Amino acid sequence: MDGGGAEGELTAQETALYDRQIRVWGVDAQKRLSKAHVLVCGMNGTTIEFCKNIVLAGVGSLSLIDDHMVTEDDLNANFLIPPDGSIYGGRSRAEVCCESLKDFNPMVRVSVEKGDPSLIDGEFLEKFDIVVVSGASLKTKLFINENCRKRSKRIAFYAIDCKDSCGEIFVDLQKHSYVQKKPGGETAQQELTYPSLQEAISVRWNNLPKKTAKLYFAMRVLENYELSEGRSPGETTLSDTAAVLSRRKDMCDKMSLSESQIPTALMERLLAAGKKEHPPVCAILGGILGQEVIKSISCKGDPIKNFFYFDAADGKGVMEDIPPPPPTAN
Amino acid sequence: MAAAASSEEAVKAAKVLMVGAGGIGCELLKTLALSGFSDIHIIDLDTIEVSNLNRQFLFRQSHVGQSKAKVARDAVLKFRPNINITPYHANVKDSKFNVEFFKQFNVVLNGLDNLDARRHVNRLCLAAEVPLVESGTTGFLGQVTVHVKGKTECYECQPKPVPKSYPVCTITSTPSKFVHCIVWAKDLLFAKLFGDRNQDNDLNVRSNDDSGSKTDVFERNVDEDLPQYAQRIYDHVFGYNIETALANEETWKNRKKPYPIYIRDALPEDAVQRNGSSRDHKNEEHEPSATVSLGLRNPQEIWSLADNSRVFLEALKLFFEKREKEIGNLIFDKDDQLAVEFVTAAANIRASSFGIPPHSLFEAKGVAGNIVHAVATTNAIIAGLIVIEAIKVLKGDYQNYRMTYCLEHPSRKMLLMPVEPFEPNKSCYVCSETPLVLEVNTKTTKLREVIDKVIKSKLGMNLPLVMVGATLVFEDGEGLEPDEAANYALNLEKVLAELPAPVVNDTKITVEDFQQELKCSINIKHRDEFDEEKEPDGMVLAGWSGPVDKQVNSNGDKRSVPSSSSADDIDSTAEDIPVKPGMKRKLNEILESQENFDALQNQSDVGSSSAQVVEDDDDDIVMLDEDPKQGKKKRLQ
Repeated sequence: MDGGGAEGELTAQETALYDRQIRVWGVDAQKRLSKAHVLVCGMNGTTIEFCKNIVLAGVGSLSLIDDHMVTEDDLNANFLIPPDGSIYGGRSRAEVCCESLKDFNPMVRVSVEKGDPSLIDGEFLEKFDIVVVSGASLKTKLFINENCRKRSKRIAFYAIDCKDSCGEIFVDLQKHSYVQKKPGGETAQQELTYPSLQEAISVRWNNLPKKTAKLYFAMRVLENYELSEGRSPGETTLSDTAAVLSRRKDMCDKMSLSESQIPTALMERLLAAGKKEHPPVCAILGGILGQEVIKSISCKGDPIKNFFYFDAADGKGVMEDIPPPPPTAN
Repeated sequence: MAAAASSEEAVKAAKVLMVGAGGIGCELLKTLALSGFSDIHIIDLDTIEVSNLNRQFLFRQSHVGQSKAKVARDAVLKFRPNINITPYHANVKDSKFNVEFFKQFNVVLNGLDNLDARRHVNRLCLAAEVPLVESGTTGFLGQVTVHVKGKTECYECQPKPVPKSYPVCTITSTPSKFVHCIVWAKDLLFAKLFGDRNQDNDLNVRSNDDSGSKTDVFERNVDEDLPQYAQRIYDHVFGYNIETALANEETWKNRKKPYPIYIRDALPEDAVQRNGSSRDHKNEEHEPSATVSLGLRNPQEIWSLADNSRVFLEALKLFFEKREKEIGNLIFDKDDQLAVEFVTAAANIRASSFGIPPHSLFEAKGVAGNIVHAVATTNAIIAGLIVIEAIKVLKGDYQNYRMTYCLEHPSRKMLLMPVEPFEPNKSCYVCSETPLVLEVNTKTTKLREVIDKVIKSKLGMNLPLVMVGATLVFEDGEGLEPDEAANYALNLEKVLAELPAPVVNDTKITVEDFQQELKCSINIKHRDEFDEEKEPDGMVLAGWSGPVDKQVNSNGDKRSVPSSSSADDIDSTAEDIPVKPGMKRKLNEILESQENFDALQNQSDVGSSSAQVVEDDDDDIVMLDEDPKQGKKKRLQ
C-alpha cells in the first residue's frame, strides 16, 4: 500500500458493479482496494464471512492458508462447503473455500497457499498488505504478528475468533495515518500508534479501567490455560472448569484484579463453546472485520484500536483500547 | 406460540417468513439456513440487476433478470440441501398474502426497501399476531427492531419521515444547492420535454410573459430540424428564462444574481454546427448514449460547461431520433442512461448559471435516483442481529428483546448499540383503537378526495371500505356486483353531506381494509375555511402520527415539489434509519460523534423523545424515553 497511489481509472464494468459501495467510500478507496493483497490463515465460519465481504468489495487478491482436510465439523457455520463428501473429501479447507469464493467476484484473484501458519516467515508476508489469523494458538498469533512488524513495509495484522455466542477481534496497524471525517464534513489527518499483540496482552489488569470488557480478561485466561496445557485452540470443555477457574484466580491475584471481573458464567460459556461458532455471530464479526480492513486499506475512517468484542447475550459490540505496558520496567 | 426451552428446538420447529431477498435478504437467508432454520418462506418482487452483485452475494452475473427469491433459494440449497425454502416472486401487497397466510408463521423478518411495504407488513403482522423483526441499512449504518403486538411498539407507533420535498420557488427561481438543480432538471424540464405534456408543470412559473403563452415553446415546430430545436430549448431555459427572472429585482436583493447562458456563449460556433451530426455509428448497437457519442467515458469526471452543453444537445437529439415513440410517456428512471445524461447536463448548466459547483454523472445519478449507499458488511451484520433477535422471539424471551443500532463511529465505545424497545404508543391508530379526527368541509368535499388524500395516502390502506353508521358507502376491490360498483362510483363524486348516509359535523365513519385487517374510526368535524398555504389538502387529520412534512417554505409559496422517485434498489431507505423521532435531541448526548448522529437522524422530524442511559453497575442499557407531554414510556419488563 505504500506509494500505492490511486492512479488509473476504474473500468466501466467496475463502476457498474461497485456503484453502490463507491457511493459509500469513494472512487479513491475503491482503487486502493483493488490493489490490496489479503492473506487469511485459518478457514472457519467467521473468516469465511470476512472473505465473502472483501471479495465482494473488490480487493486485489485474497490468499487462503488452511491445510486441514475438510471434515463434517467444518460444515457447521461454513456456507462455502457443500455438504457432500464426494466434493470436499480429501481436500483442504483452503482449497474448497477458494473454489467457492472465486465465484463471488470474477475480478478478484483468490488462491491457496500451502504450509503451516506457525512457520510463516517474513519474506512470504512481504507479499501482503493485510494478514488475518483465526483459530490459531496464541504462540502462532504472536509469531505472525512479530513477523509482520519486522518487515520494512507496513502489514496490518488482525486476529479474529468466534466462541459460540462471543467473539474477539484484535487489531495491530502499527503506525496508521488516515483521514478522519469531522462533524460537519471537514476532514483531518490523524495518526495512531498500536501496541503489538504481545504488548496488548501484557499490560497489568489493575491498570485498566474498571469498565473494560469482561471478555478481554476471560479470553486471556482461556488463552493462557490452553497454552500451558498444550491444548489447541478451542480444545476445551466444561470438564476444564475447575482448572480454568483456578487459573483465573492465579492471574487475578498476580495482576491485582477482583475475580468478580471475570464471571464464572462467562468462563463456562467460553469453555462449553469449544470450537463451536454461532452463525449470526460469525456474520457480525466477519462484517465488522470487513469494514475494518476496508478502513485500513483506504486510510479513511476511524479504525478499531485495538480490540473489539461482541456478546450475543447482551447484544453489545464494544471497542477496547488496551495500551502497552508502561515503558519503565518494574 | 409456546416458549421453547432451548434455542435449537425453537429454531428447528420454527416456520419463518422473510420479506425481501435483496441486500439484507441474501445475508439473512444464508444466516438463517446456517443457524438451523429449516422452514423458510421468502417473498420478493424484484429481479436481479448488475448493481446488486457487489453485495447480494447469492447472485451472479448469469442471474441478471431472474427472480431474486428463486435464485436465492437455489443458492442456499447448495449448502443446505435438506431444508425447505419456499420462494414467491411476488409483491407482498398481493392479496394472496392475507392474514391467514401470515398466521402460519412464528415470526416475520423484514429486509425491505420502502416505507409502503413496511407499513403493510406491520399491519398484517399485527392482525395475524405474528411477531415482526424489522431492519434497514444505509452505508455503514443500520438498525434492527422488534415489534410484538401488545409488548412493544408497532412499526407505525412513531411518525415516519416522508421523502424530502422542496419549495417550488427554490426549484424554479432560486436554487442554492446542486440537488435543487437536479430536481429542476428531472421533475420539471425532463418531464416537460419527454413526459406527459398535459401535466401541471412549474417550469415557466416565473416568466409572467404573455408572448410565450400562445404557443408552447417546448413544442417542436414543423419546419424545425433537431439541432435547431435543441438549441432553441437550450437558449430558452438557460438564457431567456434566467433573463426574465433577473427582471424581478426584488428576488435578487439579497441573493447572488444568476447569469443567463446562451448556446453561442457556451459552445464556439463550429461546435454547434458539428453537434448535429456527431458520430452516430457508435450508437448503432447499443442503447443510445450521448456520452458514448461524444467520447465522455469517465462517469467520475466533471464536465466543462461546453461538454455539458454538448451532452444536453446530443441527449435531446437522441431522444427524438432513437426513442421518439416513448416521448410523451417518459418518467425519469435512474437506470435509463440517456435520461441520466440529459438530467446531469441540464442540472450542471443550470448550476453554473447560479454559481453552484457542477457534479459528475456518477454523483448526479445518485442524487437524481435517490440512490442509497449500500455495502455488504453492514447487511451481513444486520442480518446476524436479526437472527439473534428472531431466536429470542421464538423462545419468548421478551425481557431481552432489543433494538440494535449499527453505528459508523463508536458511541460509548459501542459500534453495535442495543436499546430497550418501547411500549406500544397508546394513541397509535394502527395498533390501538384510538379514533382519528378529520376536519373537513362536508359541504364541498367529495368522498373521492377523502379516500385519496386521507384513507389511501395518509393511512396507507390499499383497498378501503367506508361505512357511515351501518351504511356501506364505498368499497374497493374485486368481486363487486356491477350495480354495487356503479353505486360506489356515484358516491365517490358526491360531497360528504349528500351521501346516502350523510356525513356532517360529529358523524363517525369507519374505514377498514380487509386485507390488512386494519379498521379505524374517524370522527368528522365540519369546518368551512382552510388555509390554502398551510392546509393545501383542504382537510386536516388529527390524532395521527404518520409521515410528517415539515418543509419550511421561506417565500410563502404554497406548493412544494416532491422529489419524484422514491428510493429504490437499496436495502433500506435513509429515512427509515432514524426510527425514533427525537433521537436527535437526546441521542446526541449519548452518541459522542456528531456525525453518527447526523447520519442516523438526517431526516427525522419531530423532536419529542429523549434517550437515557441506564447504568446498572456493569450493564449499560440505552433507554429512549418519550417527551413527558406525550406520556412517559416505561421500560418494557
